[in-house]
Amino acid sequence: MRLEAKFAWLPTPFLSLLLFSVWLLLNNSVSAGHIILATVLAIAIPLITSPFRTKQPLVMKPGLAFRHLMLVLYDIITANVQVAILILGPTKKLTPGFVKVPLDITRSMPITILASTVSLTPGTVSAEVYPWSESLKEDEEPEERFLLIHVLNLEDEQALIKTIKDRYEAPLKEIFQC
Amino acid sequence: MIEWIISILLLIGGGFVLVGSIGLVKMPDFFMRLHGPTKATTLGMASLLTAAIIFFSTTQAGVSMKEVLISLFLLLTAPISGYMMIKSAIHHKIESIERTTGKDNIEEDV
Repeated sequence: MRLEAKFAWLPTPFLSLLLFSVWLLLNNSVSAGHIILATVLAIAIPLITSPFRTKQPLVMKPGLAFRHLMLVLYDIITANVQVAILILGPTKKLTPGFVKVPLDITRSMPITILASTVSLTPGTVSAEVYPWSESLKEDEEPEERFLLIHVLNLEDEQALIKTIKDRYEAPLKEIFQC
Repeated sequence: MIEWIISILLLIGGGFVLVGSIGLVKMPDFFMRLHGPTKATTLGMASLLTAAIIFFSTTQAGVSMKEVLISLFLLLTAPISGYMMIKSAIHHKIESIERTTGKDNIEEDV
């Protein structure tokens, strides 16, 4: 896990890239003027705001991150169809349940991404991260973290936990190297 | 031809958003209700926005890509709003239906 970027003038390369493309998309143009303005904003905004942001692990494997994004997008499409079938089918047959998934990742940024992916993919919504941050003392690291998820139709708890860990958590661990 | 593609995309999008809303009405408890809106609507909105991109790119000068931003923001906000709602539901101890398994996985408030 690395927190500091290679160049001091570019503290968060991914945020800069995002700002650059959002600016161009907002203006709906790729003219030279807008590209220059977008570059200036993409460098200036992260530099000015970096003192009041908590340092988050950097993306170490952009290629893998892109592949993971594609996998998640594909899963979102299948998730939509699956949930649509579950919703239109008989409600009485659904067996909802709460499942606790033990987490290997510790930083807040990867956990947020994992929780969001879980919410967008088949039949699961992330509900809570344990232990409560309120119950911890300052700078105290809990021994183990859990993600509580609500499942619309729970069939095999262990298989679900394994899928989430292998399919979504393992790539995140590798992307952020933590 | 393009009109056909746009119409089909609009129908698919409308269908998924409708299914999401049906889920909101049909499901028996709060936690199950959340599943429809957080998922079934993302694909629906994506189809509607793709239709918008094609429509504005063909009828107006230049390519219109603003809609990509809308879908990006939707992908960012849908899970977070779902998370906030389910978190507050747990804090308020809203009852889930009886056949819900693993209720003891919910920890007590501090």
